[in-house]
Amino acid sequence: MSSALSPGPLVGKRILVAKPGLDGHDSGAKVIALALRDAGAEVIYTGLRKSPEFIVRVALDEDVSAVGLSILSGSHKELAREVLEGLRAAGVGDIPVFVGGTIPPEDAAGLLAAGVKGVFTNDMPLAQMIDELARAFA
Amino acid sequence: MSAVPKPGAPQTQPEKRVATPSGIEVPVVVTREMAGDPDPGLPAAYPFTRGIFADGYRGRPWTIRQYSGFGSAEESNQRYRFLLDQGQTGLSVALDLPTQCGYDPDDAMARPEIGKVGVSLFSLSEMETLFEGIDLGAISTSFTINGTAAIIYAMYLAAADKQGVPREKLTGTIQNDILKEYVARGTWIFPVRPSLRLIADSILYSNEVSPRFNAISIAGAHVRDAGCTAVEEMAYTLANGLAYVDELIRRGGDLTKFARRLSFFFYVHMDLFEEASKFRAGRRLWAKLLRERYGVTDDKALHFRFGVVCGGSSLVAAQPYNNIVRVAIENMAAVLGGAQSIFTCAYDEAFQIPTEFSAEIALRTQQIVRHESGIAATVDPLGGSYYVEWLTERMEKTMLEVMGEIDAYGGVVKAIEDGWLQRRIAVRAKQKKDATDRGERIVVGQNQFRREAQADSYGEVFRLDPQISARVLAKHAALKRERDAARVERSLAALEAAAATDTHNLMPLLIECCHAYATVGEMVDRLKRCWGEFQEPVRL
Repeated sequence: MSSALSPGPLVGKRILVAKPGLDGHDSGAKVIALALRDAGAEVIYTGLRKSPEFIVRVALDEDVSAVGLSILSGSHKELAREVLEGLRAAGVGDIPVFVGGTIPPEDAAGLLAAGVKGVFTNDMPLAQMIDELARAFA
Repeated sequence: MSAVPKPGAPQTQPEKRVATPSGIEVPVVVTREMAGDPDPGLPAAYPFTRGIFADGYRGRPWTIRQYSGFGSAEESNQRYRFLLDQGQTGLSVALDLPTQCGYDPDDAMARPEIGKVGVSLFSLSEMETLFEGIDLGAISTSFTINGTAAIIYAMYLAAADKQGVPREKLTGTIQNDILKEYVARGTWIFPVRPSLRLIADSILYSNEVSPRFNAISIAGAHVRDAGCTAVEEMAYTLANGLAYVDELIRRGGDLTKFARRLSFFFYVHMDLFEEASKFRAGRRLWAKLLRERYGVTDDKALHFRFGVVCGGSSLVAAQPYNNIVRVAIENMAAVLGGAQSIFTCAYDEAFQIPTEFSAEIALRTQQIVRHESGIAATVDPLGGSYYVEWLTERMEKTMLEVMGEIDAYGGVVKAIEDGWLQRRIAVRAKQKKDATDRGERIVVGQNQFRREAQADSYGEVFRLDPQISARVLAKHAALKRERDAARVERSLAALEAAAATDTHNLMPLLIECCHAYATVGEMVDRLKRCWGEFQEPVRL
């Protein structure tokens, strides 16, 4: 955890935290957004119920360094794939995409294989998540 | 075997944790003086600290109500018949997100979510299938539905009409609590004020035509699971409850009559005594608020009736079988608190839809608590305990303080429209996560007592039939081809015209739409044309 005195490990990064699909559980997304901000990142949070197209557009318009998708409805495979495809189609397939939520372990491997850079579940300490992100940007 | 302390040996260090999860400091021991020489009185006597029924669970055992539903109506119908055969006494219907958010299955937003977290009920045709072979006059059914609650209630009445069951025989509940959806659960559709109108319409209508049906279940469960404390859960819920009371009074409702049908819904998490005390405190605070602020004197109207869910975010994906123990403790807290209906989560619910195996253990947990533990033999067995009476008092006081903060801000509706309440909960959730990460909040198997290279065994994996989405879409397309299109259009046009005025109760019009086999998405679209959609305030 960064203190107010030391610059956070994510200073200078713009990170989009997005809620794709109809899932209304936004507590995790907001906790992540607050933690990213604590770590120095500039956070753009979409709010609920956004389509993959909308998320891709915001990622482009806001020139983000990474996209985090929060999904707890079990639709992570479909929704993550659509966002990844959208980013590739828009020529920004290099923006790393992370997925958080209720992701069964056997699905995490599939998401990673599909191009997701990291999968975070709610039992992972926030500091560990920040470390993984910082490493992804290094 | 651990060593027995020698006589005269120094006492072991007191537990580090000296506050409840709500932050109430817990003394090492509570004396009679500290508790204020408590006499909690008798059950069924105002202010109902000890419960609303004189004979407690002896006269009225709690309803064992397991939440379930997935896929299409056919699959869920099979699961319901299984649960009823196993001794479950009420149904609790989980609906998929398209149905909850008012989208037809063929909408682009709906497609990835069809049948995932509940059953797809896009029209009366599906409701008929869902209850095939189940007599709606003989069971009580609870629907976790909010944004489209009035529509699903209309559909249930229409399904009863089709079965030939008189509406006044129907028992059950629709959640129908939109205020907390804006704060935590997220299945809102319309702006706050027209949503309140729809809720008032359904409650006032239900009071007349299905008087044994609970047309609202004011829920704290979701704000709790989103991160707030037990005290805040109760305080926010009672504040929402009073907002509904005010709206119903404004609409000309008879307070004594509608207050008898208000019910509540909460989570039970792991602190046994705080949870039990939360219910004792909430029950008497609600009665006091209605009597002191609104002048209600009728006992039944003052009764705080509530259902609970045990599990949720207190369940842990690491070492998942431990969740069976957690749920059993929470189940006991619910009984000690006097719940009218209880849902125990399955141990695998932290990461998937329960399998039949895990669902059966969750059901058996309640049966063991009821039939083997002896906990339900006498009313409010904790009554008179110095600690519990002390804690009940503290919690009640803190709940009132939290309600006062909302009032000072300008009331719940304003707090929600501005995103003030949402932000408070997000900050709480972050604090809880930080406390867990630091190890101040111990989660066995996750941040403490992990095995080296722990490979968590999850047992059987639930797999949703991948063809469900295609089947639901096919049924939806077939329905649209086969129904009487002219009747559909007539009923929808009438609904839209009535929604544009402020004076019509929309329930009869929604019921006619359902009988015409109009879809949920079609009804919602007409209402959106009149009312627009909620614009979420995003404040971090």
